Amino acid sequence: MTLDKLQMGTSARLMHIDSSATLRSRLLELGLTPGTDVSIVRVAPMGDPIEVKVRGYRLTLRKKDAALINCQKI
Amino acid sequence: MTVAIAGNPNAGKTTLFNALTGANAKIGNYPGITVERRMGLLELPRAGLVELVDIPGTYSLTARSADEEVAIIELLGRKGFKRPDAAIVVLDATALERNLFLLMQVLEFEVPVIAAINMLDAAHKDCIEIDFESLQEIFQVPFIGVSARKRQGIGELKAALDHLLATGKPPVPERWLWHPPAVLEKDLNLLEPVLKRELDFLETPNRRRAFALWLLMSLRENVELQVAPVILDEARRVLRRIRKAGRDLDREVILKRYEFIDSRSVDYIRRPSEQCRTPSDRIDTVLTHPVWGFLIFMFIMGIIFQALFSWSDPFISLLEQGFGALSRWLEVILPAGFLRALLIDGIIAGVGAVVGFLPQILFLFLFISLLEGTGYLARAAFMIDGVMRRIGLHGQAFVPMLSGLACAVPAILATRTIESRRDRLLTLMVVPLMSCSARLPAYTLIIGAIFPATQQWGFISYGTMILLGIYVLSTVLALVAAGILGKTVFKGKPQPLLLELPPYRLPDLKSLGMTLWERSRVFLSTAGTIILVMTVILWVLLRFPGETPAEITGQMAQAQAAGDATRLEALQNEAQAARLENSYAGQLGTLIEPVIKPLGFDWKIGVGLIGAFAAREVFVSTMGVVYGIGDDGNEESTGLRQAMTDARRPDGRKVWTPLTGVSLMIFFMIAMQCMSTLAVVRSETKSWKWTFFLIAYLTGTAYIASLLVYQGGRLLGLA
Repeated sequence: MTLDKLQMGTSARLMHIDSSATLRSRLLELGLTPGTDVSIVRVAPMGDPIEVKVRGYRLTLRKKDAALINCQKI
Repeated sequence: MTVAIAGNPNAGKTTLFNALTGANAKIGNYPGITVERRMGLLELPRAGLVELVDIPGTYSLTARSADEEVAIIELLGRKGFKRPDAAIVVLDATALERNLFLLMQVLEFEVPVIAAINMLDAAHKDCIEIDFESLQEIFQVPFIGVSARKRQGIGELKAALDHLLATGKPPVPERWLWHPPAVLEKDLNLLEPVLKRELDFLETPNRRRAFALWLLMSLRENVELQVAPVILDEARRVLRRIRKAGRDLDREVILKRYEFIDSRSVDYIRRPSEQCRTPSDRIDTVLTHPVWGFLIFMFIMGIIFQALFSWSDPFISLLEQGFGALSRWLEVILPAGFLRALLIDGIIAGVGAVVGFLPQILFLFLFISLLEGTGYLARAAFMIDGVMRRIGLHGQAFVPMLSGLACAVPAILATRTIESRRDRLLTLMVVPLMSCSARLPAYTLIIGAIFPATQQWGFISYGTMILLGIYVLSTVLALVAAGILGKTVFKGKPQPLLLELPPYRLPDLKSLGMTLWERSRVFLSTAGTIILVMTVILWVLLRFPGETPAEITGQMAQAQAAGDATRLEALQNEAQAARLENSYAGQLGTLIEPVIKPLGFDWKIGVGLIGAFAAREVFVSTMGVVYGIGDDGNEESTGLRQAMTDARRPDGRKVWTPLTGVSLMIFFMIAMQCMSTLAVVRSETKSWKWTFFLIAYLTGTAYIASLLVYQGGRLLGLA
């Protein structure tokens, strides 16, 4: 499944990112590497963007971009 | 000696910079881009005077835009900048791995490094434990724990820096901490000869490898790098081969670095197995709550708006009074003539106009710095991005847009919080459409001249309704313009929103003070010069050649002889109006009359529009002069309103019909008239191209809109 589909409060293990080169390398540099655990902290009041916790910090990204990140629910 | 400070955004780099240097930061520019260069001085016992350079915060050295190339230019001391003798890499303890990624990149260039781990207190609250000795052993550089805001660990950091700079051998790992795959190593070797030949600042093989890798990673993003074409050609050739082989550089580089960071993480960091709820979590539950969060957001934005709109007023008046007193004093001590007029009406008026913006700028930056420093600004963007995204804007564009309702000048400065250049330019281009407070006097005057205050619609007067309509319409226009420009002029790929939500923290008061001080200084020196020059030019246009017709002079002499004071005053106003008509601005107004006639404007309005270019509210006093009631006419003065209501065209029709009024208000709503805004746009974008684009697109749209309204209205028989 993809990151945008995760429910608030659930965690997942990141798999691969399929995306344009720019966004992909940006996300990887931010530490969203395969095998890393993420959790959905909250969703913005209007349903987009979402806030995820990864490697100890919080990152906001739009659902459109989160949809490019594949993950496995844990 | 020179030392660079590098680090992730939000790692507390600037606070640490301020804690180390004191209030002596110098702000400079990098040629061609919008990033500022901050420098400060630091005195160390053994190393002596050290120049500290604040490198813009970044998650990676890879350059995805011209702005991001600054980091590598500074670290390697290229393009005329001094090469730093060492770098302090500031690490955020709460996101240690992501910060170590940047540290690894810096180390690859063999820059002597001291790692300063900041935000330790926040990490403790998050139940994170960090083992400094282990970090030191793994990365082979000194690690110092600091709290930049509480000024803790600063002494140790200074001592370590002093030791590093004063002793010979700097701590640098002898080899890279990670191993590129053999295929990539071969690619890097291919670039070795050209780099060795062309770039003498890459003395060692490791530095050349690091630069070759940086080239490959950066060139993937199609950015114009400031590197010799012969090197770029070679690097592009290598990159094409990599692509052709179907290889994945992200995997061969980024993932390898993280593999190293993760492989040792058990040694240097301990996180609680059970996620402990941090204070930030609890605060966010309220501040980003669908109901409470929005209410608090609206409340905070309301306060900002109120501060810009009314709290700044007493300060602005105070400044105006100060300049007024200065003018009166000069009037007393200087003989009447060109010099006095130039000083009072040209220079002091110009300087006054510039300084008059300071209260609003200070208020806006006070709030923005507070919101940014506490971490709330990122939350505000998180909450509002859902709305802003639909019109192609970034969530961070909200505060500048709102501020634009008060004044475009601080609002344009506020676009600095927007990271991506495209989103920032787009916001900057639509902010002047928001109906700023300087338009209010013009609207009030026009409405007052056309609709008597007695005309009511229910319990609301026509004027109030029209004013309300103008505010709604201008906001809608700004959003529509953003939508259109975002899909045409600024097409490119919109930057993805990747926003870090830093833990909430108390703002650093010293940094706050320094921000306000620096912002005022930069505004006064860069925008100030342009505004001053333009005020003087406009003053010349409005005053010269400035001849009073002999006929009026004669009548004035008669009135004086007869002792008729009322008649004399009327004649003086008439003379002033005549002088304005004969002035270059008056001639210009007559000259442009054929162009503005289709909009329903005569030459007098033309002169008013020229005056409005200085500042929109100047329209009112210019109209006062044109209609011969003296230049103290204001938007509430009944004399001016009456004169306008009574004004006739040569053919006897009224000048100020409702249709002309609406057409003029539409023009004011859209046209780019305020030179202070233009001065700030120029100094913020560092580009005349965008400044002229702004003038052309807004004034062009204004002309067409007014034309449609006036001619359409005439066709419907409204004139």
